[in-house]
Amino acid sequence: MNHIALLMENQPGALSRVIGLFSQRGYNIDSLSVAPTQDETLSRLTMTIAEEGADINQILKQLYKLVDVVMVQNLSEADALTLELAIIKLNKTKADVEGFLKNYEFEREILDEKDNYTVFKVLGDTQEIENLLSELKKEEFLEVTRSGTLGMTKGNESLATNDQTKISYD
Amino acid sequence: MAKIMTSGGEALIRALADENVDIIFGYPGGAALHIYDAIYQQDRVQHILVRHEQAATHAADGFARATGKPGVCLVTSGPGATNAITGIATAYMDSIPLVVISGQVANHLIGTDAFQETDMMGISRPIVKHSFLVQKPEEIPVIVKKAFHIATSGRPGPVVIDVPKNLTDPNEKFEYKFPSDLYLRSFALYDEAENTEVKKAVKLLTESKRPVIYAGGGAINSNAAEEIYEFGKLMGCPVTNTLMGLGVYPASDEQYVGMLGMHGTYEANMVMHEADLIMAIGARFDDRITNNPNKFGLQAKKIHIDSDPSSIDKIINVDVAMTGNAKKVISQINKELKTLNFDNKKFDSWMKKALQWRAEHGLNHNMLNQKNPGDIILPQQVIQSAYKATDGKAFVTSDVGQHQMFAAQYYHFNEPRKWINSGGLGTMGFGLPAAMGVKFAFPDETVACITGEGSIQMCIQELSTCGQYGLPIKIINLNNRALGMVKQWQDMQYGGRYSSISYEDSLPDFIKLAESYGHVGIKVEKLSELEAAMEECFALKDKLVFLDVYVDPDEHVYPMLKAGGDMSEMFLSKTEKTFE
Repeated sequence: MNHIALLMENQPGALSRVIGLFSQRGYNIDSLSVAPTQDETLSRLTMTIAEEGADINQILKQLYKLVDVVMVQNLSEADALTLELAIIKLNKTKADVEGFLKNYEFEREILDEKDNYTVFKVLGDTQEIENLLSELKKEEFLEVTRSGTLGMTKGNESLATNDQTKISYD
Repeated sequence: MAKIMTSGGEALIRALADENVDIIFGYPGGAALHIYDAIYQQDRVQHILVRHEQAATHAADGFARATGKPGVCLVTSGPGATNAITGIATAYMDSIPLVVISGQVANHLIGTDAFQETDMMGISRPIVKHSFLVQKPEEIPVIVKKAFHIATSGRPGPVVIDVPKNLTDPNEKFEYKFPSDLYLRSFALYDEAENTEVKKAVKLLTESKRPVIYAGGGAINSNAAEEIYEFGKLMGCPVTNTLMGLGVYPASDEQYVGMLGMHGTYEANMVMHEADLIMAIGARFDDRITNNPNKFGLQAKKIHIDSDPSSIDKIINVDVAMTGNAKKVISQINKELKTLNFDNKKFDSWMKKALQWRAEHGLNHNMLNQKNPGDIILPQQVIQSAYKATDGKAFVTSDVGQHQMFAAQYYHFNEPRKWINSGGLGTMGFGLPAAMGVKFAFPDETVACITGEGSIQMCIQELSTCGQYGLPIKIINLNNRALGMVKQWQDMQYGGRYSSISYEDSLPDFIKLAESYGHVGIKVEKLSELEAAMEECFALKDKLVFLDVYVDPDEHVYPMLKAGGDMSEMFLSKTEKTFE
């Protein structure tokens, strides 16, 4: 599994260029999360590509070639933090859910519950969330929504935006 | 200086003029009417009215390929925009700088399925280098400037500017300012290569025993012909050009072994297969070149120069990669080579081997003449005749199919930018409108469009445009009464089952057709008449001549690489092949 972090211009159409590239070049995105950053001219994406044998270097180069893409990094090759939020609604009681979650070390919270359902959130590693979901039976689910993986490198470095490229015509 | 007040439409045309554009190709329509009104009221930019928007893009494309400057076209929204798509994709696949301006319905109508509305940004997205949807009329000059910079720099490509109609309203004026500088965040351009990589490349070059230089369209885009010629002479080794690179190394040079790939010469493909070093310059190891990539150049180390880092290690992994401008990188290599006391005589026997391959199975013009006992004209002979009549100096555009390959094989290009064809997308209908673009750029030069009776009918309406603007293009129609390349594949791989390739009974009389547009038509059916007709065609300097040549309907293009094989596995004729 590869996690890619990407900064792009916060412009209409920029996201569709990034996503379009994947279908155009025959790659699959497993998860994607996107939102503006502290600099409102930039959006930050984290993408997960699970496909075995995908040519990640080629994907990174194709992404970087897009004019709207400012910077791109393969988090899987760096010392990086990744995190995902899932909201899960089960047809189980709160007590059952709490019993079930005892085996996991997730940060979790019950958000809503009644006799015949419980909604809770878990925050953790994507793989752990997938493990948790696989432990539940199909008929226990009402619904699930996940944020997709978010990621950044550890340490004091950042996914830098180069200064604007100035092109003079004198 | 007094303030210049303009509408959005005026700003657009003024910005084109400020970008030194003097000609654009287009077709008006509702959403573009304000822009057309602005064109009418100025004289710095000439507008050429074509007969179909596809032709506007191909004409701009032909102009760009011949001059090296960006081609510009203007179309309206909806069908105008969708008709332009084929031409945009053609330019994208061959890395040709185009700026395509499309009208769009007014902002308040976008998304309502309005009359002649189509999502041009969405439809064109996978086939453009970049695109802009104008949001405020004041930003038009900056967008134009950015569009030209993006289209022409690095690996060139088409850029679309989609302009909603209300933003070009002649009643809404604002101050026009053409920017002198441009800010683009993180738009990386590669220029010279790292010195360490240059040294590595030169080491591989001088230590190799059987090197080959393989140059493609990128070498032409970066105007590297002079540098590559010097490099070729320093190396003294075989040089081959791709379909897109023809002319970047002169065909008349003794080291030139012809085009390589699917229909490349026997000697070029053998040289590639047997080489121990492949030096790719502005070429991208396309599937028409490598054949089966798993069997490609197994004995060879590879050096790759490309302006686009994503072209490197995409199909074939290389030993030395140099991202940069081919002209500059080859200069660096030449400089480094000259500091060494390098004796290229060590490649003499390798070069001799290449010439021996040519002697065995090269394109043999004399053999062609002998092979043909009667008065039937072989398509190759038409190209040879055109070459002779033009002294090899014409601009030659082509469409797609057998005639394209025959032209590439038998019209020997000695200069870059003289051969204008759709190599990547393979767009039938490209030839005639592209020839128009070339002729507008070089009105005093001979421009020939080598085509077939299938392809020419895909943009035949442009005979009208040629009449309107007096473009004396020479159309050389290799008329074999069938879709020749499809027929060849059906012969070779589908047991001669000719599915949908024939229309013989319904072909137009091309002579009368040409005449009805005010042009000259000449029909040739016998070999004995070919030379005189060809000479007459090119002698009629100020007339468009449609030379309709009836050629052997059963001829195939050879050599032809075996599907899935390596580069040495070729069909050489209907009866000979190099593999079991």
